[in-house]
Amino acid sequence: MSEKVLMKGNEALAEAAIRAGCRHFFGYPITPQTELAAYMAKRLPREGGLYLQAESEVAAINMVYGAAAAGARVMTSSSSPGISLKQEGISYMIGADLPALIVNVQRGGPGLGGIQPSQADYWQATRAVGHGDGHIIVLAPATVQEMADMAALAFELGDAYRTPVMILADGLLGQMMEPVVLPEPLNSADLPAKPWALTGHGNAREHNVVNSLFLVAQELEDSILERWQRYRAIQEKEQRAEKYLTEDAEYVIVAYGAVARIARSACNLARAEGIRAGLIRPISLWPYPVAALQETVANAKAYLVSEFSMGQMVDDVRLALAGSRPVNFFSHTGGIVQTPDELLVALRRLAAGESIDLVPYQSRLA
Amino acid sequence: MEMNIMLAGFGGQGILFAGKLIAYAGLLDGRELSWLPSYGPEMRGGTANCSVCLSDEPIGSPLVTAPDALLAMNVPSFDRFINDVVPSGVVIVDKTMANVCPTRADIRFCGVPATQLAEENGLKGLANVILVGTLLKMTGFSTIETLNAAIDKSVPPRKQELVASNKKALAIGFDFVPADDCLATSA
Amino acid sequence: MNQSSTLTEEAPAALFARPDTLTEAITNYCPGCSHGIIQRLVAEAIAELGVAAKTVGVCPVGCSVCAYDFYSVDMAQAAHGRAPAVATGLKRVYPENVVFTYQGDGDLASIGMAETVHAAARGERITVIFINNAIYGMTGGQMAPTSLPGQVTQTSPYGRDVALEGYPIRVCEMLSSLDGVALAERVSVDKPATVRKAKKAIRKAFEYQIAGLGFTIVEVVATCPTNWGLTPAAAFDWLRENMLPYYPLGVYKDSKAV
Repeated sequence: MSEKVLMKGNEALAEAAIRAGCRHFFGYPITPQTELAAYMAKRLPREGGLYLQAESEVAAINMVYGAAAAGARVMTSSSSPGISLKQEGISYMIGADLPALIVNVQRGGPGLGGIQPSQADYWQATRAVGHGDGHIIVLAPATVQEMADMAALAFELGDAYRTPVMILADGLLGQMMEPVVLPEPLNSADLPAKPWALTGHGNAREHNVVNSLFLVAQELEDSILERWQRYRAIQEKEQRAEKYLTEDAEYVIVAYGAVARIARSACNLARAEGIRAGLIRPISLWPYPVAALQETVANAKAYLVSEFSMGQMVDDVRLALAGSRPVNFFSHTGGIVQTPDELLVALRRLAAGESIDLVPYQSRLA
Repeated sequence: MEMNIMLAGFGGQGILFAGKLIAYAGLLDGRELSWLPSYGPEMRGGTANCSVCLSDEPIGSPLVTAPDALLAMNVPSFDRFINDVVPSGVVIVDKTMANVCPTRADIRFCGVPATQLAEENGLKGLANVILVGTLLKMTGFSTIETLNAAIDKSVPPRKQELVASNKKALAIGFDFVPADDCLATSA
Repeated sequence: MNQSSTLTEEAPAALFARPDTLTEAITNYCPGCSHGIIQRLVAEAIAELGVAAKTVGVCPVGCSVCAYDFYSVDMAQAAHGRAPAVATGLKRVYPENVVFTYQGDGDLASIGMAETVHAAARGERITVIFINNAIYGMTGGQMAPTSLPGQVTQTSPYGRDVALEGYPIRVCEMLSSLDGVALAERVSVDKPATVRKAKKAIRKAFEYQIAGLGFTIVEVVATCPTNWGLTPAAAFDWLRENMLPYYPLGVYKDSKAV
């Protein structure tokens, strides 16, 4: 095993992406993902790769489209307002079945919002990452180690299912340092073959076309149905979640990313008081880990969702539980980070039989 | 042992580097740790600060809101965080920059004229490391050997000439004997 | 007079064989449209240079949106205006490949102006074939960034008012100031002589790209008989009378000719 090093989440992800065979990065500066791009700018040229700063996020994602069409393991990273600009390109990549890694180190919105950590792009990532009838795989790290580990996973899933993959992080994970064991570099010979790629036909095959346009309605429907069969396979095989103390949990927190770390502390505090609290941490946000949630229903009396937003993932929890258990909510937004103590108070109130639907302004009013 | 540390001061005082030293010590000791620079709402107020968590368990929130130890290098930082410190927590202040006395009786306080000590010893800019030395002495979060190794690790290769002065600064802080009029008020 | 019909109807098949860089697909261009000629010139240049095996084309949004059906080289379809960015990605992964975009005036000079200018500024080693017919064709004849002052279109029904809508953009002139540009040439295809010149320019652009000299663009002043509301022959007359004075043909930048 290689040694533990101390790295920022943004840098660990960048280094891990290089080790996963990524040699092309196209980006545009934005806080708080800056270190990721800067790391790539420094490292990629030394690996025979390319860092190119595009004139805009729009251009960057379309350069990613081109490089992905050429068959490269390629990525871009940005933060919330920049991801909005990339949505056009992401939609085209979905339509053209192009794999690539898109990192969103979330900050507050709407508009220019703020630069503090946020999870307010959940809906965008899982519901509306571009126009049209499609999805992308969305992975949510909670530690710097996971920031690193997910790079290779994202490329593997993208290549296997021919889809863009997003790592949905936040400013906290991007900026913080933790010990991390970097993955071993992949041998470029082990990267999957891409016979569909635009490499020049070399007089050796029919010419390839990368395209998302189908003017005949039946052809468009057929292409979408084929893609949704892959989505179905993704939903069956690629749900990921971590459970913590859920075996006997009566009160289950559902939280992802940085919030899950805080929730984990809150569970420990609650257990020390005799409240049987547990945590489900969705790791894949699309596909949503419905099965993991449903497995906890038997013992659970109530669920508590916490996010850095006014409540977006909470929709998926309600869908997964389908009314079988009460779903409570507590959040901060705009860059305020909830404390373990706040979640502990929420758990105490649940244990006392109350129900909670608290966003900050309500708690202030109370 | 769990130890949550808040380091705060003006930008340029080496707050982030001081935090990094502590984090590297945690890494070398094989502990769980996190390091988080000024980020988020606590950036308001114009102070640079840094949260470092050391633990034997996985770190929950990397944002330190109730520090076991506060290392403050100016008055605004002291004022800002002093009331967040847990009871019996440690508060270390650069007396040269912040001539303050503890406003609470339930903390362990130490004022170190770190900036002055640094200048007297030809260690300009290393007040931060002097304070880390005092923090080490007062809390025992690691050992002097580990901290010296952490200096070896965290000083960038192109600045190797700074390794010796950093170690000297660490020792000065570690050996500092408080002779402070504030001591009477500390618990 | 009637050059376009002469070219398409009377030339003997033996002299006008389809280059193998084109598929057998029938194009969706309107009768008398310049696209057929220009698309073919590009295909001929690729075939003659012997680079089809390593050529990748990028088609835009516009009338040539389906060009991936017509070329038999590897092809990518790009979002509106983004062809130079997509081409950048393709080229940077395989720098030895020959990469070209084929874009209209709305695609290149309106929604895609940033991508165009910055690809040029970077000296991106791609070849841009720019079809300037002063109108949005596919969507049915709206005002384009290159529509002439006074030109009547669906969205400038009283004629383009420069006080209201500003002035047309001369793309070659503008790009020629950029150091990354190796070749910027404006040609037309309104008669056999200009067609031959256009062919030479397109070929030269590819040669410059292959030599790694920088960004190359060939602007082809073209007709849109359908949306101009003219016969193909009258359209060429209109082009000569109205477009060429505003968009003079010629070489605006040639890094080899000092």
